Amino acid sequence: MRKPAKKKKAPHARVSSGHKGLAAHDHRLGQSALRRIAEKIFKLSEADETEVDVSAVTSALTRFANNTIHQNVAEQGVTISVRAVVDGRTARASTNKTDEESLRRVTAAALELAQVQPRNPNLLPMLGPQKLQKVDRFSAKTAAATPADRARAVTSVCKMADGKKQTSAGIFSTSLSEFALANSRGLFEYYQDTRAEFSVTMLEKDSSGWAKATSARIDEINPQALAERASKKAADSRSPREVPPGQYTAILEPPAVLDLVGFLFYDFAGTSVHDQRSCFTGRMGKKLFGGNISIWDDVYHPLQLGPPFDGEGMPRQRVRLVDGGIPVNLVYSRATAKQMKAKPTGHGFSLPTEDGEAPFNLVFSGGSASTEEMIRSTERGLLLTRLWYIREVDPYKKVLTGMTRDGTFFVENGRVAGAVRNFRFNQSIIDMLANVEMMGPAVRASGEEAFDMVVPAMKVRDFHFTEVTKF
Amino acid sequence: MKSWANLAIEKALARRASYADVRVMDIRHRDISTKNGQVGRMSEGESLGIGIRVIAEGAWGFASTDRLTTEGIESCVAEAIAIAKASAMAKRHDVVLAPEQSFVDTWQNPFVKDPFRIPIETQIAVLLAADAEMRKVKGITLAEGSMSFRCIEQLFVSSIGSAIHQMKMQSGAGIVATSFAGEEIQKRSYPNSFGGQHMLRGYELIEELDLVRHAPRIAEESVALHKAEKCPEGKRTIILDSSQLGLQIHESIGHPIELDRVLGMEANFAGMSFLTLEKLNSLRYGSDIVNVVADARLAHGPGLGTFGYDDEGVLAQCTPIISSGQFTGYLTNRETAAAIGQPRSNGTMRAESWNRLPIIRMTNISILAGDRKFEDLIADTDDGIYMETNRSWSIDDRRYHFQFSTEIGWEIKNGKRGRMIKTPSYSGITTEFWNSCDAICSRDFWTLWGTPNCGKGQPMQTMGTGHGAAPARFRNVKVGIASSD
Repeated sequence: MRKPAKKKKAPHARVSSGHKGLAAHDHRLGQSALRRIAEKIFKLSEADETEVDVSAVTSALTRFANNTIHQNVAEQGVTISVRAVVDGRTARASTNKTDEESLRRVTAAALELAQVQPRNPNLLPMLGPQKLQKVDRFSAKTAAATPADRARAVTSVCKMADGKKQTSAGIFSTSLSEFALANSRGLFEYYQDTRAEFSVTMLEKDSSGWAKATSARIDEINPQALAERASKKAADSRSPREVPPGQYTAILEPPAVLDLVGFLFYDFAGTSVHDQRSCFTGRMGKKLFGGNISIWDDVYHPLQLGPPFDGEGMPRQRVRLVDGGIPVNLVYSRATAKQMKAKPTGHGFSLPTEDGEAPFNLVFSGGSASTEEMIRSTERGLLLTRLWYIREVDPYKKVLTGMTRDGTFFVENGRVAGAVRNFRFNQSIIDMLANVEMMGPAVRASGEEAFDMVVPAMKVRDFHFTEVTKF
Repeated sequence: MKSWANLAIEKALARRASYADVRVMDIRHRDISTKNGQVGRMSEGESLGIGIRVIAEGAWGFASTDRLTTEGIESCVAEAIAIAKASAMAKRHDVVLAPEQSFVDTWQNPFVKDPFRIPIETQIAVLLAADAEMRKVKGITLAEGSMSFRCIEQLFVSSIGSAIHQMKMQSGAGIVATSFAGEEIQKRSYPNSFGGQHMLRGYELIEELDLVRHAPRIAEESVALHKAEKCPEGKRTIILDSSQLGLQIHESIGHPIELDRVLGMEANFAGMSFLTLEKLNSLRYGSDIVNVVADARLAHGPGLGTFGYDDEGVLAQCTPIISSGQFTGYLTNRETAAAIGQPRSNGTMRAESWNRLPIIRMTNISILAGDRKFEDLIADTDDGIYMETNRSWSIDDRRYHFQFSTEIGWEIKNGKRGRMIKTPSYSGITTEFWNSCDAICSRDFWTLWGTPNCGKGQPMQTMGTGHGAAPARFRNVKVGIASSD
């Protein structure tokens, strides 16, 4: 799969799946160790201002397919990234070597890189100390998960698949991440989190089902229940028939909603609107979606993960992005806020960057409808488990294309009437969010195209399915 | 590097690994970007570490660390062994590897100018000059440029006696002109979209691309697209430029031939493949003129899929994938080759970095040149659309059904290139599409494109792949469905 080059990574400390957990002992370097590294660099630096990011990740991932573990990996690493500012110029250098000489070299490299650049008129002085709201996203149990812990859960799922004459494939990963951001103006911020992730696909001869969950706490992940869900989807989607493409009412389960609305996140960046490449350019304050759609960026939401500060150390704010279908606010880094005469919201990327900022903790308003109620109220439609290979066709109309996958069902006269072959869709998200007829409660959803968000299941009228594939 | 690698092998064998291999990698990068007259990203970095892969109790384990001390490496080996033992809890049979000989060798791709020795201010100046040229064109709302350089030094050592030192120098650059007007965002990229062109070459590649010279043209085209015709809907003859054909190869040939995908190992994420085992040597993949190879040898060119040895210590090879339209080969590694009874891996195991497990990846998956001149191909087409530079791409998880759109197109009428078409799109089923190919341009029009951003695996690994292609013509292809209202 070719990845879109412009897909942004969160500024830092967003743990990618995985962690290392050799044994039930603590792998954390700890706040003091990270602070010591930063302080060493401040002593070495000759820049006007110096910023240091130190991140330490231990992660592990157990991967299974064909009802056996076929890949099983672990990693441990530290990255030290130094940003120097000199005479209105800035640049960044990084290393994973922690010896004295390497720290000296990376500090000097950042300065040298900065010195040869043109002055940046938008560069602001570094922040001083900030007051942060506390978040607790660390689980000692997740951090201590061992290869044997993961293997036991996976073995159990593989046995279940064997018993049902199905084939299982998936991952079980655990990770621990620490991140410190410090600068020579006295700012020091530290964040740690853990993450557990289980994803499973169950396959039969002509069908498949899928389920996935992520959480900071491994206790909240139930591999067996997820596997049961995927297994039922696979059984229910046997012998798919072909139905013609066209406009259908679509009932999207939360992962399918997530992977579509995830494409909106960078449109909410002030920089994106300033650059006139956001679908909200010229549309702020105008009714765009249905009145039932409200969207927040909220890192403090109990179902969210991530640090409470941005790439410059600015505390993240809770921002109402869409209110009753009207886009009302954007997020801003400090520099973008100055350019656009707005207030920074604590969503900036690490500097230097041309990308500005983005909201990484989207939370959609939900409803109270169950998926069953959505099905019961649908005369003719499609129930979608998961979407795949979504790409942007039109950035202003926000038309996306992609495929359905791993459980696509026909709904007729208020009930599920069998499985159907997978569709290609070409659908404007703007139109989709204007056509939402029912919503379920917002839940933490995890997919493969977007980072995790808090979104509901949705029943959407007039969803554009344009072609059908062969399975 | 050698002492760390040897220590890891020694410790793995002492802990009763039946096989072990180790990669020590030292990766250096430089990334520069500009936007609307200012420097955006400006960073350099380095990453050094070791990845240790073992078979113990008949199952795989992999661990990696950047703690390159005796204690750090011993601990990493212990973890790899512990992971292998955990894997063995769910094993159905012992891992079997196809036989492979040992190699002691060094390899480096040739380059003329070390990009890390070119002053950064020179590189920034090129990007800013191209940026200025783009913004001179009225209607351009966003001008962007980027350069990236990688120097990857790697030592592979295995318990069968291989010790292979390789060094790769990679360079890439591109520019994009975007124009927002009315209710439409149009863009043009050079020399390719999504980061430009990338190869295993030095700074000479950047000089040859001559970004500044091409900047005005793409800016003018970007603005002109607002007034261009909409893509018609229906079945048409299409001609794809070589970069779009390279991506078509990547998605509809390169991925489906990955044998791990075929065998279900990627089912949870990247998906599977329609190329089930009985199709080898029996499926008509394309028309008689379609010949595709997977070629990692330097003789094929300095592509992002070029190397001396893969990350399992297997010598770079050329494998026929499609021969006169017939499907003839998968991308394999030692384990999957053994699983389907092939005598040897064809050498496609690659890892993004020291902290990632090697998996089957595309090398240079290229269509061999045909015999047509581009001008003759246009002159020989009565009614069609010429499409250039990818804009969007999507394909199902078994690689049957695809849809692509490009940044720009031109109507072809009676052998002449005519009106400009905005955001042309086409879609189809893989084998039907390749069987509709009736003309491929000659070697003079063939380019080895680099795709630097291919994602696969869990955890995700981003890898560069190479795709040689020349403009080609396809008949009776569905167009315009992506842009229909």
